Amino acid sequence: MSALTVERLTKSFGKHVVLRGVDLEVAEHEVIALIGASGSGKSTLLRCINLLEAIDDGRIFLGDREITGARDVNAVRRRIGIVFQSFNLFPHMNVMRNVTLAPRDVLGLSKPEAETRAVDLLERFGLADKRLEFPDRLSGGQQQRVAIVRALAMRPELMLFDEVTSALDPELVAEVLQVIGELAEGGMTMVLATHEMSFARDIANRVCFLDEGRILEVGTPEEIFTRPREARTQQFLERIIKARRL
Amino acid sequence: MRKRILLLASLVAALAAIGAFASAQHAAARVVASVASCPTVKAGQLTIGTDNPAYPPWYAGGTHGSKWKINDPSTGKGYESAVAYAIAAKLGYARTKVSWTYVPFNKAFAPGSKSFDFDINQISYTPARAKVVTFSKSYYDVNQAIVVNKGTKIASVRSIAGLRSYKLGAQLGTTSYQFIKSRIKPSQTPSVPSSNAAAVLLLKNKQIDGLVVDLPTAFYVTAAQVPNSKILGQFENTAGQTTDHFGVVLQKGNPLAACVNKAITTLRANGTLKKLQQTWLAKATGAPILK
Amino acid sequence: MAGESDRRADLEVDRARGSRLVSSLRSGGDSRRSVAIALLSTVVFFVAVGVAITHAPGWPEVRSQFFDWGEFKATFPEVARAFLLNVKIFSIAEVLILAFALFLAVLRSLPGPVFFPLRMLAIVYADLFRGIPTILVIAMLGFGAPALGLSYIPKSVTFWGIVSLVLIYSAYVSEVYRAGIESIHPSQEAAARSLGLSHGQTLRRVILPQAVRRVIPPLLNDFIGLQKDTALVGTLGAIEAFQQSQIDTNATFNFTAYLSAAVLFVAITIPLARFTDWLILRDRRRRVAGGTA
Repeated sequence: MSALTVERLTKSFGKHVVLRGVDLEVAEHEVIALIGASGSGKSTLLRCINLLEAIDDGRIFLGDREITGARDVNAVRRRIGIVFQSFNLFPHMNVMRNVTLAPRDVLGLSKPEAETRAVDLLERFGLADKRLEFPDRLSGGQQQRVAIVRALAMRPELMLFDEVTSALDPELVAEVLQVIGELAEGGMTMVLATHEMSFARDIANRVCFLDEGRILEVGTPEEIFTRPREARTQQFLERIIKARRL
Repeated sequence: MRKRILLLASLVAALAAIGAFASAQHAAARVVASVASCPTVKAGQLTIGTDNPAYPPWYAGGTHGSKWKINDPSTGKGYESAVAYAIAAKLGYARTKVSWTYVPFNKAFAPGSKSFDFDINQISYTPARAKVVTFSKSYYDVNQAIVVNKGTKIASVRSIAGLRSYKLGAQLGTTSYQFIKSRIKPSQTPSVPSSNAAAVLLLKNKQIDGLVVDLPTAFYVTAAQVPNSKILGQFENTAGQTTDHFGVVLQKGNPLAACVNKAITTLRANGTLKKLQQTWLAKATGAPILK
Repeated sequence: MAGESDRRADLEVDRARGSRLVSSLRSGGDSRRSVAIALLSTVVFFVAVGVAITHAPGWPEVRSQFFDWGEFKATFPEVARAFLLNVKIFSIAEVLILAFALFLAVLRSLPGPVFFPLRMLAIVYADLFRGIPTILVIAMLGFGAPALGLSYIPKSVTFWGIVSLVLIYSAYVSEVYRAGIESIHPSQEAAARSLGLSHGQTLRRVILPQAVRRVIPPLLNDFIGLQKDTALVGTLGAIEAFQQSQIDTNATFNFTAYLSAAVLFVAITIPLARFTDWLILRDRRRRVAGGTA
C-alpha cells in the first residue's frame, strides 16, 4: 500500500489547464522531489493533494482511502503537512502558539500536552530559545523552520514542501535543508517541489520532472540528473547548470 | 532672502486691506438703519414671518397646492393670521401689500438681519429672549393646559401635585417645558421632542402620559390630532409673575416695533383683539383649572 | 527578517548618503530661517483671519449670541448632565454594534452555495441600513414600534434610539470588518486550513484577530460618528446634550449652549483618538510577519 497515490489528476484555472492527468505513487518513507520550470504545475499539484484546490478530474488516495471529494476535508488535512514558500506563520501569535494552535484546536490536545510536543520539536531543530518570540523577530530561515515544526506538530503521515527555500537568502537555506534532511532520515514520507537540485539529488529516492502539467520523466536522482531520457528534461537541466545551480 | 521679505510685506499689506475693508462695512451698516420711522425690509410691503406648518387655531384655511402645510397664513383666517392683517391695516398696508415668509422657529432669533418685518408664531415673551430680539406688546395672554388620553390613570388627576409621578412632555422651544420644570416639577425627566408632530405622536402612542401645551393648541390637539384625548385642565398664570403672553418678534432695536405696539394698543382698546379671540379661540375658556 | 536585513542595510546607506548631500546644500542657519518664516506666515495668516472676523459689522452680535461666557457657565452644568444620556446611549450601542457587525461580516464570508441565502441577507441588510438616513430609522422605530400597541414592546424612546443606532451602524461597521478580513493575505487562510483548522476556527483564531487589529482606525471613525448621532435621539424627546442645548437656546435665544454641547463631544473624542493611536502602535509589530506578501 502506498502512502500516496495520484491518478490522472487534472486541474484547470478557468481556461488555463495546469495539470493534465498526473499519475504519481509514493511509497511509505519515500522522498519524492518534483522539479520543473515555473508554471509547470508543481505548486498546484501539492495544493491539490492536500485538497486546498478542488480538482477537475482524477483521484487521490491517502494510504488506502480515497480522499478526492472527501466530505470532511479538515480530517484529511490533519494527516498531511504542508510547508509553503512564504512561511505563513501567524504574525499575531508567538512561536509556541503558532505551533500549538492546531494540536489544541484540531487534535484536542490539552495545553500542557501540546506545549510539551512543541518544545520537543523546537528543541530538536534548535529553536527552543525562540519559542516566545513573534515571527517578525525571526530570520527567514528560523521562520521557515518554525513553519516545518508547526506542520510536524500534527504528526502527519505525509509532508509536502512547496519550494520552501526559494524565498530565503542563500546563507539561510542550509539550515532549512538540514531540517528536511533529518526528517527524511527519520523516515518521513515527503514530496518536495524544489529548485535546489543538489539537495534533491542527495535526499530524494525519486525525482519527477514536471513539464507543462505532466510528469514527463521519473527516475532515481542519478538517472534524471546524469542520464535524462527526454529532450525537454535535458534542456531544463542545461539551463539549471548554466545558472550554476547544480 | 529678498523673496522672503517680499512675502512678508505682501502678507502685512493684505492684513491692512482686510482691516480697512471691515471698518468700511461697519460704517455702511450704520447708514442703512436710519431711513424711515416705520421702516420695512421691502419698501411698500409688509413682510410677516411664521413657521410651516401653520397650525390651527392660529391659522385656518388651506390653499390646495400651497407650500404652506395645513393652513395658509394669507387667508386671514385663524387668530394669528387675523391679528397680523389687523396690525398691517393699522400700519397702512392693505391685504395685497402683505406677504408671508417661512421662518423656522430658530431663525426668528438667529443673529444677523432678519428677512421679515415681524414674526408671529406663538412666541412667548421672556426677559432673556427680550435681550436678543424686540417683543411687541402682548396680543394674547396664554394659559398652559395639559392634554391626556381618555381612560388612562392620569385622566383622573385633579391637582398639579397629582401630575408629579407621570411622564410628561412638551414641545421643544415652548414655555410649556419651562412650565413643567418650574410649576409641576415631575419626578421623571420630561420628554421634549423637537416638533409638534413628534409631541402629538408620543401622546398618541402613550409614550408620554400628558402633553403640556398652550390652551388654544390643546383644543386643536384634542379636536384633530389625538383621537380619544381630552384637556385634563388648564393652569393659571400665578399672581406676581409676568403673565405668559405671546408677542410678535422684531429685530432688536427695530423702530417698526413702536409702530406695531401702537397698532396693538389700538386693537386692544377698540375691542378688535377680543372679538378675534371670540371668533377663533372661543373654545379656549372652558377647561377646568388645575391648582 | 531574511533578505530584508540586507535590503534595510542598503537603504540606510542610501539614506545617509542622501541626507549628507542635502545638508551640504543648505547650511544649518538657512533651515532655521525657513522654519521661522513658515511659523511667522502661519501666525500672520491666522491673525489676519481673526481680525477680519472680529471687525465684521455683525461680530459683536455674533459673539454675544454664540460665545457668551456667562451663558456658557450657566448652561454647561445642565448640558453636561444631559450628556450622560449620550454617553449611556453610545456606550451600550457600541458594544452591541461591534458584536452584531462582526456577526454580519462573518455571515457575508461564509463559503459555498449552501450559505448563499445568508450571504444575500447580509448584503441586503448592509445596503438597506446604509441607505436609509439615520433620522428616518430613529423616527420610524421610535414612534412606529410603540404605535403598534403591542404591550410587550418597550415605549422608551431611548430604547428605540439605541436599537436604531445599532441597526444602522452595524451595517457600516460590518463593511469595515469585511475590508479588514479581505485585506488578510489568502496565504494565511491557506496555512490555517492546511493544518486542519475548520473555516470557523480559521476565522476565529487566525483571520479575525489580524483583521480587527488592522481596521481599528476606521472602527474608531465610526464610533465617533455614532457618538455624534446620539444627538438624533433628542428629536424623539429624550433630553440628551443637544436637545438640552436646544432647550436652553430656545429659552434665551442665545446659542452659546450649543458651544457647551460641542465642547463635551470634542472632549470625549480626543482621548479616544489618542487611545487608538496607542493601540495601533502597540500592535504594529504583530501585523506583518516575514515572507507573507
